[in-house]
Amino acid sequence: MKVKDIIDALNLKVSAGATGVDGEVSGCYIGDLLSLAMSSLKENNVWVTIQTNVNIVAVSVLVEGACVILCDGQEPDDAAKKKADNEGVPILSTEKTAYEVAAELSRLGV
Amino acid sequence: MADGLKLHFDVDGTDFTVAGECSSKVKKTLKQLGFDPELIRRVAIAMYEGEINMVIHANGGTIDVEISPESVVVILKDTGPGIPDLDKAMQEGFSTASNTVRELGFGAGMGLPNMKKYTDKMEVDTVPGVGTTVTLSVIV
Ligand SMILES: Nc1ncnc2c1ncn2[C@@H]1O[C@H](COP(=O)(O)OP(=O)(O)O)[C@@H](O)[C@H]1O
Ligand SMILES: [Mg+2]
Repeated sequence: MKVKDIIDALNLKVSAGATGVDGEVSGCYIGDLLSLAMSSLKENNVWVTIQTNVNIVAVSVLVEGACVILCDGQEPDDAAKKKADNEGVPILSTEKTAYEVAAELSRLGV
Repeated sequence: MADGLKLHFDVDGTDFTVAGECSSKVKKTLKQLGFDPELIRRVAIAMYEGEINMVIHANGGTIDVEISPESVVVILKDTGPGIPDLDKAMQEGFSTASNTVRELGFGAGMGLPNMKKYTDKMEVDTVPGVGTTVTLSVIV
């Protein structure tokens, strides 16, 4: 499964990093504390969070995650958008809650 | 690479947006040199935590990385406030980070414990009012 398949299935808005949507996806981590996210996130994971600052991109690059999903209607700030575009890390926004996102990802077999 | 490879970074203590750049560069270098992915992950996470600590607790500093076929050593040096009670600071969950910093997702109090967990050796040399030097070593 690819990031773009998730975008279509969950009807997510691509807020930044559109060049990364062909990346492979497997597994998911949900959380907002960077230290915990960093040690739990695995390669190609989807990271569901409400953090919107540039460090979500830094962490995602570090762990080679697939994309970041911002739930509860959150949008990345400008610095995060810029870095996500440079690094090709898709930041996807949705009004759905973390639970709703996780349930749908699980249904998709992520 | 007989003598090893040395990298030096200056970490700006006022700019959150550059945090992670140094660990990202080291990660790329280690990849090019063909190091094991799990080792690279450990070095990158430990170094990122150290980099963040420099920015949120110590107004920046310098990082020196020494890469050799036997080990990767990361030396994080700052002239910040120092750590008055290191045993306490090493405990999971202990943090003096401000609310502003916490809202950004830092300040979980897991930085120093993570740095220890992901490296083979961690030495902290800290003097209140003078600064902190953290030396992280990962054996290949
Ligand atoms: N370089 C540093 N200079 C001064 N104090 C530090 C430094 N690194 C860590 N500390 C102190 O140790 C505490 C614990 O650090 P850490 O485990 O990384 O947690 P956190 O950064 O989330 O607070 C910090 O809250 C801070 O008081
Ligand atoms: Mg820390």
